[in-house]
Amino acid sequence: MYQTGNMVKELADKYGRKRESLMPILQDIVKKHNYLTDEAMVEVATELDISAAEVYGTASFYTFLDTEERGKNVIRVCKTITCSMKGKNDVISTLEEILKIKVGQTTPDKMFTLLETNCIGWCHKAPAMLVNDMPYTDLSSETVIDVIKGYMRK
Amino acid sequence: MKSKGLTKVDLIFESIDAKEVLAKAFSMTPEEIINQVLESGLKGRGGAGFPTGMKWKFTAAEKDPEKYIVCNADEGEPGTFKDREILDRVVYKVYGGMAIAGKAMGAKKGYIYLRGEYRFLLPQLYLELHKFQKMIAEIGYDFTIEYRMGSGAYICGEESALFESIEGFRGEPRNKPPYPTTSGLFSKPTSINNVETLVTAMMIIAKGPQEYVKLGTKDSRGSKVFSISGDTPIPGIFELELGMTVQEFVNEFGDGDTKAVQVGGASGFCVPRKKFEDTIIGFEGVPTGGSMKLFNSSRSMYNVLHNYLDFFTEESCGQCTPCRVGCQQLLKGVEKVKKGEAKSTYLNELVKLADTMKVASKCGLGQSVGNAFRSIVENFREEIIY
Ligand SMILES: Cc1cc2nc3c(=O)[nH]c(=O)nc-3n(C[C@H](O)[C@H](O)[C@H](O)COP(=O)(O)O)c2cc1C
Ligand code: SF4
Ligand code: FES
Repeated sequence: MYQTGNMVKELADKYGRKRESLMPILQDIVKKHNYLTDEAMVEVATELDISAAEVYGTASFYTFLDTEERGKNVIRVCKTITCSMKGKNDVISTLEEILKIKVGQTTPDKMFTLLETNCIGWCHKAPAMLVNDMPYTDLSSETVIDVIKGYMRK
Repeated sequence: MKSKGLTKVDLIFESIDAKEVLAKAFSMTPEEIINQVLESGLKGRGGAGFPTGMKWKFTAAEKDPEKYIVCNADEGEPGTFKDREILDRVVYKVYGGMAIAGKAMGAKKGYIYLRGEYRFLLPQLYLELHKFQKMIAEIGYDFTIEYRMGSGAYICGEESALFESIEGFRGEPRNKPPYPTTSGLFSKPTSINNVETLVTAMMIIAKGPQEYVKLGTKDSRGSKVFSISGDTPIPGIFELELGMTVQEFVNEFGDGDTKAVQVGGASGFCVPRKKFEDTIIGFEGVPTGGSMKLFNSSRSMYNVLHNYLDFFTEESCGQCTPCRVGCQQLLKGVEKVKKGEAKSTYLNELVKLADTMKVASKCGLGQSVGNAFRSIVENFREEIIY
């Protein structure tokens, strides 16, 4: 859980209070906190003067607008065909081993969430994954460990 | 059908003097611009292949003073990554193409809808946008561009879902008609074009349509950027003249053991080896938004099909029953056949279901699930059953 403080109000000042402001506001909250709490969504609804159900209904449509608690670093490994053919399963099992969680779970220290996703547009350098916004490509069991170690130090 | 052979082209990534081309475009009348694009024969590069000049013409004909040009940079089709490369290397030509489209249609504002997976590109794209806005201000032309981000929904690449998303709603496709050219973004006349389409349009204005029609075939003019992946020694992004056969493509990009090429991504068609010779890549044969996936004989086409069905089941927006339920049934159906829980003739029922989805679904997603389904099941039946 996180506290939104003045964030929602500031975002509404920045993006406006129209319906079309909703996505940019939700996206910025997720960029900062990685998921949407019920409180944050209610605050957004109040700022934009729409019902909280509208906000939740919109957010829940979009995979990247998570409404479940996520770790500080969200890992999304591509599971579409090329990555799947080129070793995505090895990448997943290595991640599960070093993070000691399964796909869909968050580490107890809330540092990492491990997810799968559909094609992220790096098929020519498969297998690929995103950590937050950053793509990592041509992954192997070895290189994926280096990537994650980098985030452990941050 | 006579093939054109395989020829590499360098048009999309070629550097040009954008200021000069834009000054030229802004000095033309809207009709002149539209006529040049019509003459070029350019068809949309996002997959559906609607003639770009027509789209601009329809939007231009609308009386509403408020119109929009929207650039579709959602690039979610599995196996497509060329728009990312275009944005990365020559985004100034995307901006230029939007401004030219704006001039042709009378739109002063453009939006770019960029998939969330490409957010890492934003700082650099904004830097280029800043330069671009300064440049057109110098030419004395009024046109602004804004970015809007996607959030991981493939369906938002469908044009009306994309408008819903920009407007702040769930990305659920709208009924058509009305078409975007009469009622698109914010219910205003809108031309929505793929990233590559806009760059190509700018190159047509730069070089003249006479130059452009020298490339390609009657039905598929010009060149196209292909995203090539799978079992190939040289995966990547290649611009090729349209009109080659799948065989010629495989000769260049295959690994010597290619058994199938999936043309156009999960919503496209699977071409088996025996059809390589007589299948043209283009609107007269297999159309493609650029996704080309090669599979060699070590791959199970059941896994390929299963992966695609899994993709569609997840990405269906769920709004209409034929697609929502159909995707789930196809997925469960092939699993049952594979496990021997259903007879192999059950596949025929599933093909019928896929055909029904084509006519009964509301949007292109549900309508095109049958493309891959039918072409894989018909050509690799044994691999699905055993
Ligand atoms: C499910 C679905 C997803 C689509 N995704 C994209 C996409 O990511 N990029 C794109 O340019 N067009 C996509 N399209 C096609 C668009 O609806 C639209 O036809 C296209 O943006 C028009 O541009 P064009 O005429 O320049 O090709 C998609 C269509 C469907 C049905
Ligand atoms: S066809 Fe599928 S994706 Fe399209 S509107 Fe219907 S349920 Fe949604
Ligand atoms: S299949 Fe993984 S990035 Fe495209």
